[in-house]
Amino acid sequence: MIRESYINWIVLAGFLVVPLWALSADEPFTITLATRAVLLALAAVGLNIALGIGGLVSLGHAAFFGLGGYAMGILAHHAQTFTPLELGMFTIAGTKSMPIIWLTAIIVSALAAFVIGLLSLRTTGVYFIMITLAFGQMFFFFSISWSAYGGEDGLSIYVRNGFPGLNTLVPIQFFGLCFTALCAALFVHWKLRKSPFGLALNAARQSPARVETVGLNPVRLKLLAFVISGAITGLAGALFADLNRFVSPTMFSWQLSGELIVLIIIGGVGRLMGPVIGAALFVTLEHFLGAFTDFWHVWLGVILLLIVLFARGGVVGILTGKAGPHV
Amino acid sequence: MSLLRVHDLKAAYGPVPALFGVDLELAAGEVLALMGRNGMGKSTTVKAICRMIPSQGGLQFAGHDLHALPSYKVARLGIGLVPEGRRCFKDLTVQENLVAAARSGPWDLKGVDGLFPRLGERRHQRAASLSGGEQQMLAIGRALMTNPQLLILDEATEGLAPIVRQEIWAAINRIKTETGMAILLIDKSLRELSAVSDRAMILARGHTVWTGKMTELTPEITHEYVGV
Repeated sequence: MIRESYINWIVLAGFLVVPLWALSADEPFTITLATRAVLLALAAVGLNIALGIGGLVSLGHAAFFGLGGYAMGILAHHAQTFTPLELGMFTIAGTKSMPIIWLTAIIVSALAAFVIGLLSLRTTGVYFIMITLAFGQMFFFFSISWSAYGGEDGLSIYVRNGFPGLNTLVPIQFFGLCFTALCAALFVHWKLRKSPFGLALNAARQSPARVETVGLNPVRLKLLAFVISGAITGLAGALFADLNRFVSPTMFSWQLSGELIVLIIIGGVGRLMGPVIGAALFVTLEHFLGAFTDFWHVWLGVILLLIVLFARGGVVGILTGKAGPHV
Repeated sequence: MSLLRVHDLKAAYGPVPALFGVDLELAAGEVLALMGRNGMGKSTTVKAICRMIPSQGGLQFAGHDLHALPSYKVARLGIGLVPEGRRCFKDLTVQENLVAAARSGPWDLKGVDGLFPRLGERRHQRAASLSGGEQQMLAIGRALMTNPQLLILDEATEGLAPIVRQEIWAAINRIKTETGMAILLIDKSLRELSAVSDRAMILARGHTVWTGKMTELTPEITHEYVGV
């Protein structure tokens, strides 16, 4: 059996080696694929804080992914059309600056997660799953009907947004930016998991009633986790929209929320690198099996089935020989 | 002045009443044994004090009306509960269980290690892998890490080997003598309860039927109400 810390470093190194090889072999598409995997991993790392540590099975995390995407899309759209963004009493200019877009995406997603969490955390179990799904679908249908920003057709951004000192149109440079964001999110997860807050959140997942007897409010703990989780997923959405230079209602779809959960389960629920391994496998299967058949999801389903039945700790659990937490 | 004052406490599990009028007073630094046969309302009284179940009647702790507070705020006021059946956070290690509950005060990891050296030796072991006795020690340590003014121990020695029970009773004695913490004890071991408690209170069918000093407890009373 392999120590989890070794697996973590090997996976991170793998994420660096593949695009560097692609760069030397002049395979820019592979770098774009690796960037896609990194961004799906980033979104799932966000969800893993709520799901893996807090035990919150959210089937509406695409709401934050989409909000991040639309935060980018709307700001960039106004910048490229030279039209101001009217916000009731305020009028602000659009922007093509990634740091400002990221900050906006994080704040908007965190605020949405706060409101959704405040209402959803009044329920538990299957009701929590359903209420988060309902919120996700509300955003999905709202975006379809929002004709000012493309409605069902979505919004195209002509040129990728800029980051000071980098040419983000160069795939390897944009990959580096996304990979740094992923490392930052993994660092947040790692620090948070071992902090008193993370331990209390873990305890609240195991028994909300018991955690109250030591003076901790389980709802407040879970709400904070949900907000942090939503903010990270929102950042991933902004970067994902930038990768594709396109944002559409599919970013809000419940299928995407489900895929994020699947990535985490395949990699290992609550494991630091679980979502990263899951995302790498997902994108690899999508690319290679997708070349042969449109029904490649069937094989993803088979893998998911095998893991759920025989390896509850996911890939990390198989490699380390340790089952994950009970969610 | 009383630290905890319970007056005419009534509680029910849904439509089934469990407490019909419990009266209890506990001063700071005092150790009170809460006694009675099985099913007489001892654990229900503790749950009502900790606001884990709804109740009516007077319920005051350090001048605060506990009925106005949710369970976690009761714990923050200074009531540390060691619940029946240990109930540690099994996915966390020993140290993580303690850190998750920690609040500022004299009790810290070092203090708990001093009280239960076994826990110090198993600091990085998952709680699920501990023996029953060690889990009980961890549950007590976790309650102490909240730095309570009142420690409630609900059947802390139940189902444990005699040697482990001795360790637990020795620890309770140390907590009493070294910290002067108020303790509310529920247990079936009359001999150990007599040695550590200042006063006793007996519950029968959801009522307080006897209150007095431990020295005033006669074999007739214990035979009639406690069954020993």
